[in-house]
Amino acid sequence: MKNSKDIILKRIQSALRKENGMKPQLSGMEPPLRGIDRKYETHSKLSQVERLRLFMERVSDYKANVTRAEEKELPKVIADICAVEQVKKLVIPPGIDTNWLPEKTSGVALISDESGPLSIQEIDQSDAVLTGCFRAVAQTGTIVMTGGAGQGRRLLTLLPDFHICVVRTDQVVGIIPEAFWDLDPLIREKKVPVTFISGPSATSDIELDRVEGVHGPRRLHVVIV
Amino acid sequence: MSSSKTAVPQAFEKTARTYLDDAQLRRNLGHATRTIRNKRNNVVGEMPDWEELRESGRQIKQNVMMNLDRYLLQLEESVIKAGGVVHWAHDAADANRIIANLIKEKGESEVVKVKSITTDEIGLNDALDKEGIHALETDLAELIVQMAGDEPSHILVPAIHKNRSEIRDLFREKLGIENLSDKPAELADAARRYLRKKFLHAKIGVSGANFAVAETGTVVVVESEGNGRMCTTLPQTLISVLGIEKIIPTWQDFEVFMQLLPRSSTAERMNPYNNFWTGTTAGDGPQEFHLVLLDNGRTSVLADETGRDTLHCIRCSACLNVCPVYERTGGHAYHSVYPGPIGAILTPQLRGPDDVAAASLPYASSLCGACYEVCPVKINIPEILVHLRNKGVRHKKRRGFFSGVRIEPVIMKMAAHAFRRRALYEMAQKVARIGQRLYVRKGIISKLPFQLSSWTEMRDLKPIPEQTFREWWRTRS
Repeated sequence: MKNSKDIILKRIQSALRKENGMKPQLSGMEPPLRGIDRKYETHSKLSQVERLRLFMERVSDYKANVTRAEEKELPKVIADICAVEQVKKLVIPPGIDTNWLPEKTSGVALISDESGPLSIQEIDQSDAVLTGCFRAVAQTGTIVMTGGAGQGRRLLTLLPDFHICVVRTDQVVGIIPEAFWDLDPLIREKKVPVTFISGPSATSDIELDRVEGVHGPRRLHVVIV
Repeated sequence: MSSSKTAVPQAFEKTARTYLDDAQLRRNLGHATRTIRNKRNNVVGEMPDWEELRESGRQIKQNVMMNLDRYLLQLEESVIKAGGVVHWAHDAADANRIIANLIKEKGESEVVKVKSITTDEIGLNDALDKEGIHALETDLAELIVQMAGDEPSHILVPAIHKNRSEIRDLFREKLGIENLSDKPAELADAARRYLRKKFLHAKIGVSGANFAVAETGTVVVVESEGNGRMCTTLPQTLISVLGIEKIIPTWQDFEVFMQLLPRSSTAERMNPYNNFWTGTTAGDGPQEFHLVLLDNGRTSVLADETGRDTLHCIRCSACLNVCPVYERTGGHAYHSVYPGPIGAILTPQLRGPDDVAAASLPYASSLCGACYEVCPVKINIPEILVHLRNKGVRHKKRRGFFSGVRIEPVIMKMAAHAFRRRALYEMAQKVARIGQRLYVRKGIISKLPFQLSSWTEMRDLKPIPEQTFREWWRTRS
């Protein structure tokens, strides 16, 4: 009896035989990728200043908060955000820049995933998570996470209700193709999981009323340094 | 394909009539489609290279279809290399059996599930139910529909037929929450708390997939609520079902489709979450990943040279929102998980020519062409509709459907004859002008006699004018 794989491949070959003229060769052959026109934009025409302005505007469109700060102000800025949002327990990923962290006196307890992975319950019961990112895309207001240093595994930015994300200006690209281009080596060599985050989670399932925050973090605060 | 709860499907024109009488449904649908149409126009309008992206999307998909066998083998190899397991399923039963076995091997009786039309197509939830496995839908609308024991009514907002107080009552009853208002934010919060517990304890997640990259083995799930992130991150085992047409060749191709899809689908610049994973990652997410490659009729679509472009579809639903027929009848009338214009060409091809209800779907269109205009991968839906009508007629002929006295094919033959000869054509016009006098009422024909009556059953006809263009042209000189 034939298995499903053979059945499907046979069906495809007989469906295409007329066009391809001959029996397609099955293995050891790279599929041809010739002749695809790619006339769309692959590089942004915006200057860095314009890119940043656009990114801030687009992130705000998603009802996320955006703040600009100098790097040395970060501990205070983050402590202030935590105070306003009543964050007592802040999750931090391995490899986070310690110069960003709020002072002990701020009353925010840091829960690190560094020395041993936190349990699901510990992450679930925290108030917020602080991370960096891999890239940000101005055109769509998107943050790209790859699980690298300062970003952590995917759960860390999923279970807490509030995500504070620090974006460096040199991480902001103009358009989507630039982000995929930069991700290419990471996928090929390290096969990292990638998450695109564009605003807080949302639903319009009840009478088309948009509600920010369903299963992912309900609030997102982007700090640009 | 539609779930077992649906009554025996009838031809589209019969069921459509029932839904047309539902004023509330029409109001809701009109509101939903209008809103999303306008939003889409805005976000598509701000893209300077939209047409170039569409063209690249079309070409990439065409390339995939012409080399589908090779891309599938390449995908299998990449996924295995990345630590995943690949299964092949030639039909729905095959896929359901594979998935049920994987779950049973783990000794589990509940799985968390991300909204996926492909799993609806194969009736996965019902099949798992028969094996004693509960598939919990985690998309808010799907959860509402599942709790109510109902059917989705819209591909975008499946619970559009339920208003907020109905949902509140449902949650009060099923979730046992006494103090619950009917504010959408509060209802969403109730669902969040209920499902959070389920997510944290889930051992197995089941998902569909929007795309899979042959070259790297990367799979993506595109979503808004975060339930997709939960289902693809928290459980230790992840099972994803992929229609074989959803392959794209390279990672780079995402730059095309991840721009086309969100703007066409939810009319956003980008939807809140996109989850890309490549096999398994140590210490992050599921440690076991199964990819089920599903045919279930897709290879028959591939065998039709004209119809094959249907497989380019990325399930954005833009064509539904611009369709004048869909806007009035809604999704249920199509008797398929794929409603609207794309459903009208996909369903009959997947189910084959002997399914009477599906065979009526190519006629559920005025051929206005709006669907072709918005399609992000430029599927020429009107052309395929006409092609399928033609195919359907030829099939009926072979089955001896026209053996009795049928006037329509005869008239069609006569018309074809007349259209080829000017004199005959003009004479026919004159004869018809006299003949129609009996039927013109207030400038329109709304009822024709005998077998011709089916022409006017659904629409009014304009009479042939007293002076045709040709006649007027002659009087000019």
